[in-house]
Amino acid sequence: MSIDQSTAAKVAKLARIKVEDDALPALASEFNTILGFIEQLNEVDVEGVEPMVSVEPMRLKRRQDVVTDGNQQDKVLANAPDAREGFFAVPKVVE
Amino acid sequence: MSELNTLGLAEARDALRKGETTSVELTEACLKAIDAADALNAFVHKTPEIAMERARAADARIKAGDAPSMCGLPIGIKDLFCTKGVPSQAASRILEGFRPEYESTVSQQLADAGSVMLGKLNMDEFAMGSSNETSVYGNAVSPWRRGNDDAQLTPGGSSGGSAAAVAADLCLAATGTDTGGSIRQPAAFTGITGIKPTYGRCSRWGIVAFASSLDQAGPMTKNVRDAAIMLEAMCGHDPKDSTSADLPVPDFEAMLTGDIKGKKIGIPKEYRMDGMPAEIEKLWAEGAEMLRAAGAEIIDISLPHTKYALPTYYVIAPAEASSNLARYDGVRYGRRAALAQGDGITEMYEKTRAEGFGHEVQRRVMVGTYVLSAGFYDAYYNRARKVRTLIKKDFEDVFAAGIDAILTPATPSAAFGLGEMKETDPVQMYLNDVFTVTVNLAGLPGVSVPTGLDAQGLPLGLQLIGRPWEEGDLLNTAYALENAAGFVAKPGKWW
Repeated sequence: MSIDQSTAAKVAKLARIKVEDDALPALASEFNTILGFIEQLNEVDVEGVEPMVSVEPMRLKRRQDVVTDGNQQDKVLANAPDAREGFFAVPKVVE
Repeated sequence: MSELNTLGLAEARDALRKGETTSVELTEACLKAIDAADALNAFVHKTPEIAMERARAADARIKAGDAPSMCGLPIGIKDLFCTKGVPSQAASRILEGFRPEYESTVSQQLADAGSVMLGKLNMDEFAMGSSNETSVYGNAVSPWRRGNDDAQLTPGGSSGGSAAAVAADLCLAATGTDTGGSIRQPAAFTGITGIKPTYGRCSRWGIVAFASSLDQAGPMTKNVRDAAIMLEAMCGHDPKDSTSADLPVPDFEAMLTGDIKGKKIGIPKEYRMDGMPAEIEKLWAEGAEMLRAAGAEIIDISLPHTKYALPTYYVIAPAEASSNLARYDGVRYGRRAALAQGDGITEMYEKTRAEGFGHEVQRRVMVGTYVLSAGFYDAYYNRARKVRTLIKKDFEDVFAAGIDAILTPATPSAAFGLGEMKETDPVQMYLNDVFTVTVNLAGLPGVSVPTGLDAQGLPLGLQLIGRPWEEGDLLNTAYALENAAGFVAKPGKWW
């Protein structure tokens, strides 16, 4: 599988990372190097093998479905680049 | 007494309890050493006020006869751990200015055990790297040099600041994290000890996530006994991390008898790589001989899927990273890019992530995005998860056959020079983790122990891999290896 510039641009878009057009050829080439390395996995016979879900076979702990935390609006907003009137502020979303 | 900052945890603990020194004196010695070592760029956020406050509190507790296990012992914390009110940036520009309102479980447990935080330690950005060259703070520098050559060497990565700080005696010990080898490789490069425990031993809560199914915290220390002491303080069940194991934590230090008679140590043939330097081959053979001389039985074993571990890792880790790092959106914390007139929310995300993430992080996020994208999920991600099952089964089979621990080299070479790998493709750098990454994929405990020097006088380490949840037994084997190797070399002070 070879990645061309338009695929690289699409991946950058999906990842929400701005990549300038002139950087796309180098990016596509790096992807191809890494994917070429990953292609080795096609040699492995995985017929009938279950994909790993959890590395140690343990049941996730259950807990009561109750409120354990909250009422920390100030702390939640303390690190926001732009917080106003108790909310996160972002550029206009709706046209 | 020798300079206080050169002590290990056990030595300092015993001296404190005998009243031979105080935590204030120990802490001041470390703070002085840190201030004199800016050339190493290991400590990137110093917290002397917090340190002195905790040191005074520790001295009061020791005086009152109420000293927990690490009372008064000064340590460094990797920047990946969230520490309340103290910058916690994962060495990334995107978390510039972030001061968590909470403390990670592991750093809280270490504080509860009485330890003294000296500051935050340099690392690769988001723990993605093997040389500490992807950090927004700049490179951490190894205290070691090749003979009289003054070229700067890497302390390894991603826990490079932790390794440099411990090796240079800026602190008694440090925390690290290990996703593909990030504790064990830098420990080996700098002549110190580092253990990655079984997946689930340490809570991941409050540690900036890279690849959640692989990440584990662990101690980086001056010897195996110190690793046992600090690991015990770090471990334990945490309701805030659903993957943390609800198992009792043994007294690891009490298990260090040095007696390994009758233990079966496996030597995996697949770790004998083409082009492996003769020095590494020799180090490995000598290590096996040391364990044999201590009474262990050395057995040749096979882990047939070893060669597929790195490609598996470079699907799974980027996939999980692309998902974990989606949270850095310029809205809730850290840096937001300056926007142009008319920019909407999509431009805000794209510009923020382009200027906030470094090159390697961007690359891995995009590779992860690709392998998870529609049409490729089965071909890459699901296939990698299946191969991961096979890699784990390789280990299960040898443990079922009676093997107690596996001995391998920790790294394929000694530390390389900073900048030396710059021109190579990313896969060349990834090969650094060839001996360590299998252990993360299988969730097993692994420890790196320094056992020798190469021809240029640089440290080399061996890795021991243990059965799940048997860190105590693994540390005891490491202790026997440490005793036999008698590694005492220290870097000459140039900084």
